[in-house]
Amino acid sequence: MNLLNYIAGRILQMFPVVIGVSLISFLAIHLVPGDPVQLMMHGRATPETLQAAHAKLGLDQPLPIQYWNFISKAAMGNLGISIIQNAAVSKIVGERLLPTIILLVASAVFAVIIALPLSVIAAKWADRPIDHIIRLGGVLGFAMPPFWLGIILMLFFGIFLDWLPISGYGRSFGDRLQHLILPALTIALFLAPILIQSLRAAILDVMMADYIEVARAKGLGPWRILVKHALRNALMPVTTILAVNIGWLLGGAVVVEYLFSFPGLGSLLIRAVGQRDYPVIQGLSLVFAILVLIVNLLSDLSYILIDKRVLQS
Amino acid sequence: MSSEEASQGNLVRHMGGELYRWPMTLKIGSAILVAIVLAGLFAPVLTPYGPFTQDLSNTLLAPSPAHPFGTDNFGRDVLTRVLYGIRINLPFGFFTTYVPLVYGIILGALASYWGGWCDSLLMRVLDVTIAFPFLILIIVIVATLGPGIQNIYLAIFLTAWTMYARLARAEMLVERNKDYILAARNLGYGPGRIVFRHAIPNVVNSSIVFSMSDFVLNILLLSGLSFLGLGVAPPTPEWGAMIAEGRDFMLEAWWISTLPGLALVGTGTALCLIGDGLAQRLGERRYALI
Amino acid sequence: MGLRNDLASAAMPLSSAGTYHSGRTTAEVPILEIENLTVEFRQRGRTVRAVNEVSLSVFKGETLGIVGESGSGKSVLCRTILRLLPSPPAFIQSGEIHFAGRNLLSLTEGEIQSVRGAEIAMIFQNPMNALNPIWPIGDQITEGERVLGRLRSSDARQRATELLRRVGIPSPELRVDEYPHQWSGGMVQRAVIAMAIAREPKLILADEPTTALDVTIQDQILALLMELQEATSTTLILVSHDMAVVAETCDRVAVMYAGRIVELARTADVFSQPCHPYSLGLLQSIPRIDAEAQSLISISGQPPDLAGFSPGCSFAPRCKFVAPECRNSKITLREVKPGHFSACLKAENMVEGGRL
Repeated sequence: MNLLNYIAGRILQMFPVVIGVSLISFLAIHLVPGDPVQLMMHGRATPETLQAAHAKLGLDQPLPIQYWNFISKAAMGNLGISIIQNAAVSKIVGERLLPTIILLVASAVFAVIIALPLSVIAAKWADRPIDHIIRLGGVLGFAMPPFWLGIILMLFFGIFLDWLPISGYGRSFGDRLQHLILPALTIALFLAPILIQSLRAAILDVMMADYIEVARAKGLGPWRILVKHALRNALMPVTTILAVNIGWLLGGAVVVEYLFSFPGLGSLLIRAVGQRDYPVIQGLSLVFAILVLIVNLLSDLSYILIDKRVLQS
Repeated sequence: MSSEEASQGNLVRHMGGELYRWPMTLKIGSAILVAIVLAGLFAPVLTPYGPFTQDLSNTLLAPSPAHPFGTDNFGRDVLTRVLYGIRINLPFGFFTTYVPLVYGIILGALASYWGGWCDSLLMRVLDVTIAFPFLILIIVIVATLGPGIQNIYLAIFLTAWTMYARLARAEMLVERNKDYILAARNLGYGPGRIVFRHAIPNVVNSSIVFSMSDFVLNILLLSGLSFLGLGVAPPTPEWGAMIAEGRDFMLEAWWISTLPGLALVGTGTALCLIGDGLAQRLGERRYALI
Repeated sequence: MGLRNDLASAAMPLSSAGTYHSGRTTAEVPILEIENLTVEFRQRGRTVRAVNEVSLSVFKGETLGIVGESGSGKSVLCRTILRLLPSPPAFIQSGEIHFAGRNLLSLTEGEIQSVRGAEIAMIFQNPMNALNPIWPIGDQITEGERVLGRLRSSDARQRATELLRRVGIPSPELRVDEYPHQWSGGMVQRAVIAMAIAREPKLILADEPTTALDVTIQDQILALLMELQEATSTTLILVSHDMAVVAETCDRVAVMYAGRIVELARTADVFSQPCHPYSLGLLQSIPRIDAEAQSLISISGQPPDLAGFSPGCSFAPRCKFVAPECRNSKITLREVKPGHFSACLKAENMVEGGRL
């Protein structure tokens, strides 16, 4: 089976999942006890405004029709209107999509930069003291709540040392990079322990493989074997690990964005929840889920580029 | 060992016997956890203050012998609140982990054993829930139902089982083709007996190891949600909420936010160590059984 | 029963021994000399002696077979020659291995690396795991020459094609960029052989090269190895648990048991007149197609425990001909007939065919 067929097959597979996800987004909002519009307006709406809002939101229709409206419009890119902000949800979301994606990418990059050397060291000297230290560090890092860690980093780098900005996004490109550092680092430190553990195990597994012994028997030196054979094989799961943990990446991003007042999708979600802005919440959850699916698809694709065996099955 | 005993792979029986042979991480982690549990149980004895007792003349005091963790902006003793926080976070983590574990494993194992449309259906459901980032899902549900710890419980009970179902399903796929299962079928045992008495004890290993991480993540979840204002209601002494409350006073009174975080890290570390020890222990056991 | 009956039933027709080598003479110049080698594994407080005081000379151009069951030490022996065993848990307790005027065991890591692949090459048992799944086959075959030799990257593909053609892969120029999973086991093993001969080593160690392959393919691979060896006068050490493989291909055979060589002689001699009860047992246990159906004969008892260091012969617990002195005398490999060595105290009795 060739590459195009595989991609097509995967996208087709995604469809039922997308339907399921949209159902959940939809139902979650429409199962709100009480009248969502009332809640959105904190009970201050007049009957006429209520009726108008209901009509605008399509809330006067039977549930299945509402669902159909929702997904048919969503497929076109229309995610509804936010009553609170009186603007199209897709516009609101669109403005904040890029910063969040950049934050996620930066976090992933930082996480890999931190995790890779540490996992190589831990694997090469497995069961020796340095390995235990690294793994203990990993355990501590995993147990640290990202919001707390963010506060500590803020206190330290932002306030005591005053090296880095602690809120917002900045204006110019260089300035933005600076603003990215602390939030991305916070998420990365939360993600790194998981990466270290998986990479270490992957490297150890690969080092036990027969072809590594064969490579040694050919007379190749340990560094070449490590880099060209072991690492390349061991790194394959990295994209998968990152993709699988994207849920946690996003979750971490939500909290961190809130903490650092970073203008992304995460802080938008928190604000929308506080304001009971249900159309935004609904649209956002759909966007998040689709983001996860796309990331997983991309990671599977990258896997194929490296390991041709996948195309066989 | 009779095949009956072998097939049961009884985790408790094998583990309990040789305490001194437990891995180091398991011992250290358990010790810390026991200490934390005891501290939470005996909180009223350990501290003269109450968790809600305000003392407005003594707000924002730095750590001192009288207040080892200092006081917060309401004059409440932070150490006391941290200790009482154990009573909130630990049981939450426990129930939100082990209750979904039970029905998650059962559902995953059953669906996988039956195969066919049952299994496909489960796979679809799992795919969908995996796609939804967990925290987002919880936030959405909380947004729908309103804040409060009961709603968080409900949200987790609705969704957390999927990970265990996934793990149990994966293990069952391997297990159901093993000889002892086929032998049991030939002996005429009903599927219920086969699944529950023979197969399930052997498919729980990865779930048990994962449950430790899940425990930590659930506690972090509660703290995170409380931090965001979507969790417990004030003035409940929950660690995440305390961290949030301390945010406004970061410059003058760093201890309000920092020290509850240490409690979280300590608890999380203990649980992770236990998980690591369990993984080692169970890893050894699996080979021994085969 | 009697020894004479046993010998008669075990005697292999001479014509099948040394099939490939009927016309060949090998020079009696040793290319590899192993002296008193002992290798131990130490793990979790237990010490296991995998190779026990083994001495062996391998002559230039010959094919030497090493036969034994799992745990006999034959694979450890091969890997020790190239120092492939990680230490810990493996420890070379004593001994020397002389090759090309040097003691391989005293070389530095860098020096032994220059020996591996270039002067001594190794072929392993399981071809499907021997190659890196994410590299093209051609790249792996020429890796040694490119990185450590003088092959230029621009010439590499051609060289790989040439080598693949040499080992009998059809249409090699089309297949050189393919991946291991696209080939069958037999073809991959040919590629592994190509990889081994690429730098024209003087000695090839083949550790059960056909065990993981179908019987029909086994024959082809063995034929290939023999043909390559004859063309280049390379010395070949062939390790196997399968007596039939050894019978067809080897000039001399060393039989190993519990880390020791228990018999060493020309193939024909071992098969027609075994001088050790273990070798006798191995030969007897091969079911004969041409004989009347009998119940299978096996060697009674359990495989040896390599952790115990009891004096005397390790085969004593299972030996039909055991005598009291077998359990506590020092066992050495001695020449009981010209060119025929045995570690059995009672070997002479076996030679004379008398009753014990």
